[in-house]
Amino acid sequence: MKPPDFTYHAPETVPDVLGLLATLENARLLAGGQSLMPMLAMRFAFPDHVIDLNRVAALGFIEHHGATLRIGAMTRQRDLLNHPAIRRHVPLLTEALAHVGHRQTRNRGTIGGSLCHLDPAAELVSVATALDAVIEIAGPSGTRDVPMAAFPLGYMTPSIGPDELVTAIRIPLPPAGHGAGFLEFSRRHGDFAIVSAAALLTRNSSGRIASAVITLGGVGAVPLRLAEAEASLIGETPTAPAFARAAAAARGIDAMEDALIPAWYRTRLAVTLTGRALAAAAARLS
Amino acid sequence: MLTQAGVIGRSVPRLEDAPLVRGNGLFAADVNFPRQLAMRVVRSQVAHGTLRTIDIAAAQVLPGVIAVWTHADVADIPPIPFRATKLQGLEPYCQPILANRRVRYVGEPIAVVFAETAYIAEDAADLVLPEIDDLPVVLDAKAPPSDFAPGMSTEPAVVRKEFGDVDAAFAAAFDTITLDLSVGRHSGVPLECRGAIARYDAAQDVLELHGTAKKQHWNRDEIARLLNRPPHGVHLFEGHVGGGFGVRGELYPEDLLVCLAALRLGRPVKWIEDRREHMLATNHSREQQHQVRAAIDADGRLLAIDAVFWHDQGAYVRTHGARVADLAAAMLPGPYRLPAYRVAGHFRLTNKTPAATYRAPGRFETTFVRERLMDAIAARLNLSPIELRRRNLIASAEMPHPRPLDALGTDVVLDSGDYAGLLDRALVRIGWNALQTTLQRRRAAGERVGAGLGFFVEKSGLGPSDGVRISIDHTGGVELVSGAASVGQGVETVLAQIAADTLGVEYRRIRVVRGRTDRIEFGNGAHASRVTVMSGSATHLAAQAIRAMALATAAPLLQARPEELTLANGHVARLDAAGIGLMSLAEVARHMGPGSKLMIGRTPGLTAERWFYSDHMTYPYGVHIAVVRLDEGTGQVRVERYLVAYDVGRAVNPMLVEGQIAGGVAQGLGGALFEEFRYDATGQPLSTTFADYLIPTVSEIPELDVLITEDAPSPLNPLGVKGAGEGGINGVGAAIAAAVDDALGRPGAITALPILPTTVHGLLHA
Repeated sequence: MKPPDFTYHAPETVPDVLGLLATLENARLLAGGQSLMPMLAMRFAFPDHVIDLNRVAALGFIEHHGATLRIGAMTRQRDLLNHPAIRRHVPLLTEALAHVGHRQTRNRGTIGGSLCHLDPAAELVSVATALDAVIEIAGPSGTRDVPMAAFPLGYMTPSIGPDELVTAIRIPLPPAGHGAGFLEFSRRHGDFAIVSAAALLTRNSSGRIASAVITLGGVGAVPLRLAEAEASLIGETPTAPAFARAAAAARGIDAMEDALIPAWYRTRLAVTLTGRALAAAAARLS
Repeated sequence: MLTQAGVIGRSVPRLEDAPLVRGNGLFAADVNFPRQLAMRVVRSQVAHGTLRTIDIAAAQVLPGVIAVWTHADVADIPPIPFRATKLQGLEPYCQPILANRRVRYVGEPIAVVFAETAYIAEDAADLVLPEIDDLPVVLDAKAPPSDFAPGMSTEPAVVRKEFGDVDAAFAAAFDTITLDLSVGRHSGVPLECRGAIARYDAAQDVLELHGTAKKQHWNRDEIARLLNRPPHGVHLFEGHVGGGFGVRGELYPEDLLVCLAALRLGRPVKWIEDRREHMLATNHSREQQHQVRAAIDADGRLLAIDAVFWHDQGAYVRTHGARVADLAAAMLPGPYRLPAYRVAGHFRLTNKTPAATYRAPGRFETTFVRERLMDAIAARLNLSPIELRRRNLIASAEMPHPRPLDALGTDVVLDSGDYAGLLDRALVRIGWNALQTTLQRRRAAGERVGAGLGFFVEKSGLGPSDGVRISIDHTGGVELVSGAASVGQGVETVLAQIAADTLGVEYRRIRVVRGRTDRIEFGNGAHASRVTVMSGSATHLAAQAIRAMALATAAPLLQARPEELTLANGHVARLDAAGIGLMSLAEVARHMGPGSKLMIGRTPGLTAERWFYSDHMTYPYGVHIAVVRLDEGTGQVRVERYLVAYDVGRAVNPMLVEGQIAGGVAQGLGGALFEEFRYDATGQPLSTTFADYLIPTVSEIPELDVLITEDAPSPLNPLGVKGAGEGGINGVGAAIAAAVDDALGRPGAITALPILPTTVHGLLHA
C-alpha cells in the first residue's frame, strides 16, 4: 500500500499542464485522487510522473449561460451537489451526485476526474450520457469538443490523447418543466452502483410524452442509452403501463457479468430501475 | 462525584476516552523507534502449489534493503503452535512462519524483506520472484478428504459429542425434520489492521514486542520458547487496539518474524499490515456447512438432535486449534431442553486463509442452525415460533442445568436463567402482537415485510484464573495491575468501577495497567467474554483485601475496631459517620510504607494481589427480534427494526454493555447480509478490499433497541456478572433469516448466510 516511485508536479495553469504533458513520458493527471491514489497505493498504476491539477485554479468553476451549464473539470462533486442553479435546472445531476461515494469523498472528487476515470458504474458518467454533455479537451493544437456519446472508446478508456487534458464539461439544460429521475442499486449506500438508471421526460401540450431519455449505468463497459425504449415512449401518456413496456425493453440488454454479480441479476435490476426512474421522472413533470 | 459504593451498575464515562478523543492514542502504527527497519512480507499468489525456488537476487541489491529471508533463513524456528485442546494430532498442520516448499493459500508468507523504509521494502518485495507449480485446490470442506501431505488427511480430526440415546429417540419420534444449512466465510475485520514492532534491548538483554493485543502472556511464553529465550527476557506491550473481535492479538507468522529480525539484525523492526494483506492474512472465520436432524414429539418438544457439520479451517491450524468446531458442537443445543444429542464436527483443511475465532465463535453459526431448526419444527406443526420455543425452553426451576457435554474443556452447566421470562419481556418490549397486526396490514397492501426471532445461550467467563494487584501509594493514588488486555471494550473503566466500589475512591483516580507482561507475571488477556467475569472478580477480591488491610491498619491509630470503620471519599471513616474522613488512604499507605515502624518485620505496602479461579463458564442468554422489508424489484433486505434483549446477570456499566451489543449487532448484520470472503474456482480470493468485502455502514444499520436485564445473576462469581461481549452478534443470522422467511411467506426458504439480494430476488420470483 505504498505507491511506487514517481515524480510529482504541481503546475498552476492549463498551459503549464499541457507543457508537462507534452514533455513527460508516462504521466498521470491527479484530480480529486479518489481513484488514482488507491490505484497507486495498491500498485495497479505505475506512472513515472504525477501531475497534480489541484493548484490549477482556472479549472474549478460553474457557469450558467442561457441554456447551457459549463463546469470546470476540477469542480468538486460537493460544490456541484450544493449548487442551486444545478438543483433547479438539472435536478438529474443533483440527484445522481447524492449517490456518488460519501460526503468525505465528494469533498475531493471532481467531475472531470470521474468522467476521465470512466468507471462503467459511475453516476456522473451515466448522467453525462443522459444529458448529452459535451467534453471540452485541451491539447497541444488547441481545444476540441467531444460529445459524451463519443467520449468512451471502451472499458475505462476515454477519448483523450496522452498530451491532452479535459478542461470543462458543457451540459445543455433540459427544457423547463422536464421530469428527471435517477435510481441506482448498490448493496450499501455510497458504493458504485451495480446498476443505475437515469430518466428524463418532457411532455407536450396535450400531456403526452414529447421526449424521453433512458440511460443505464453499470450494465456494460459504457453507459447504455435505451434508444428504442426512448422512441417507444414518444406520444404515450406518462403512466405506469407505458413505463412498464419501456422498462421491459431492458430485458433484452446484454448485461455484463463479474465474479460477484451474474448477468441475469443486472438485467433484472435494469428492468426494475428503468421503470422506477421513469416513474420518478414522470412525477416531477410540471 | 462517584466516590464510594454504588458506582457498580452506573453508566459512568469511559476512562479510555480522553486520550482517544484528543488524538493521543497509541495504536500499533504510532509506535516508532530510532533506526527502525520496515518489514514487508512477500505472499503467495497461488492457492496451492509446490514452491520450487525463490529468486531474491534483485531484491537483495536494491539500495536500502538490509536483508531478504526465505524459509531457509528461518528453518530453525518451529511452526506457530496452538493453545491446548483435547484433540490430538493437529501439530503437523501448523503454519511455518515462511512457506516451506509448499504454499497452501493466497496470502501465505513466502519471503520477507527488511529495508530502511516501507517504500523501499515494498519495492523490493515486488522484485522477489517465486517459482510455483500449481497443485489442485481444495475449496469445499464437505468434499471427500484428500491428502494434506503424504499420509496426512485434510481431515485431521472430528469433534464428537454425545449424550442420551439418540437412535432410540429418532425411532420413537412423532416426526423428524432435516435441514441443510450453511454459514459463509467472514470474520472480524477491525478498523486497525495488525502491526508488530520488535526491539531488542541489548543493554538489558530483553526482546520487546509492541503493537500487541489480546493474549500477551501466552504469546510471550510462546515467542520465548520458539526463539529459545527465557520468558523473562521477552516482554509484550499493548497500546490502544482498534478492534479485536478474536482475530487481533493471536500469534501470527509476522510477530515471530519481526522478533527474529530484531534479534538478528540488531535494529528495531516495524511491520504494519495493509488492508489487502489483512483480508488475505488475518484469520477468517465462520465457514461451516451443517446437516441437522431433529426428532420431536407430537407437541413439538425436542427428543433429540443429530448434527453433522463440516468446518472449513482454511490452509493451516492456527492458535485456536479446533476451538471453533468444539464450541459449535458444544453450544448448538442452546436454551432448549434436549434429552439426547449427537454431533460430529468434521474439521477440514482447505486452500483458503486459515480460520479461527470471530466474536461468538461457533455460536453465531449454530444459533442460525438451531433456530432455523426450531422455525422449521414450528412450521411443520403449524405452531407459532413463539409457542414452539416456550414449550422447549429450559425453565428457571431447572437451573442450574447440567448438560452432559464439555466446552473448551469445561463441563457445560447452564448456571442461571429465566429464559421464558426474557422471551416474554422481549415480546412486550417490541410490541409483538401489535407488530403482527401492522405487518399483516402492510402485506395486504403489497409490501413484503416480516418479523423473526432467534433465542440463544451465550457463554462467558472462561477460567481457569485471573489475578489483579492493587496498590495504593503514599499519595493515595491507586494502581490496578491486571493480566487482562484491552481491545477497546472498556476494561479500564469496568475494573476501576469494581475497585472503586469497594475502596471508596473515585473511579477516575484508579490507573488500570493492562496488556503488559513486564508488570504482572501471569494473565489471560481479553477474549471469550471473560474479562469482567474473571478479572472483575479478581479485582473485587483484591479490593476487599486492600480494604481489610487499610481498616486493620487505621483502626488502632484511630482507637477503633476495624468493623466500626469504612472507606469513603478516599478516607477511613466511622461507619456511623461516613461523611467525616478520619484518615486518608494516603496516610494509611504511609503508615504501611517500608520506612514505617508499624511494618517492621512485615512486608510493607498497602498492596494486595488476589486471584479468582473458576472451573465453569457462566452462561448469559438473549433473544433477538428483527423486522425486515424486502424490495421485490431488487431482492434487497432492509432491516427496519431490531431488538436485542440480553441478560448479563449484572451490568457493571450498562452504557458499555449497550455499546458491546450495538457493535455486535452491526457485525452480525454484516455476516447475515453483507460480508463474505469469496473465492474463484482456482482459490483466488475475490474479496480483498472494502469495495468487495462489504461491511455495513451507518446507512445499513437500523434503529436498535437494547433491553439489558439482570434477572439471573451468576452464582459462580462474587459480582453475579456474566460476559456481555458476544450477545449482540450471536443471534443476528438467526433472527434475520426468520424475518426474511416471514416476509417471503415461505418458512425455511433461507438456508444460507449471508442472505444475498440475488437469492432473495430468486425466491421472490420463483
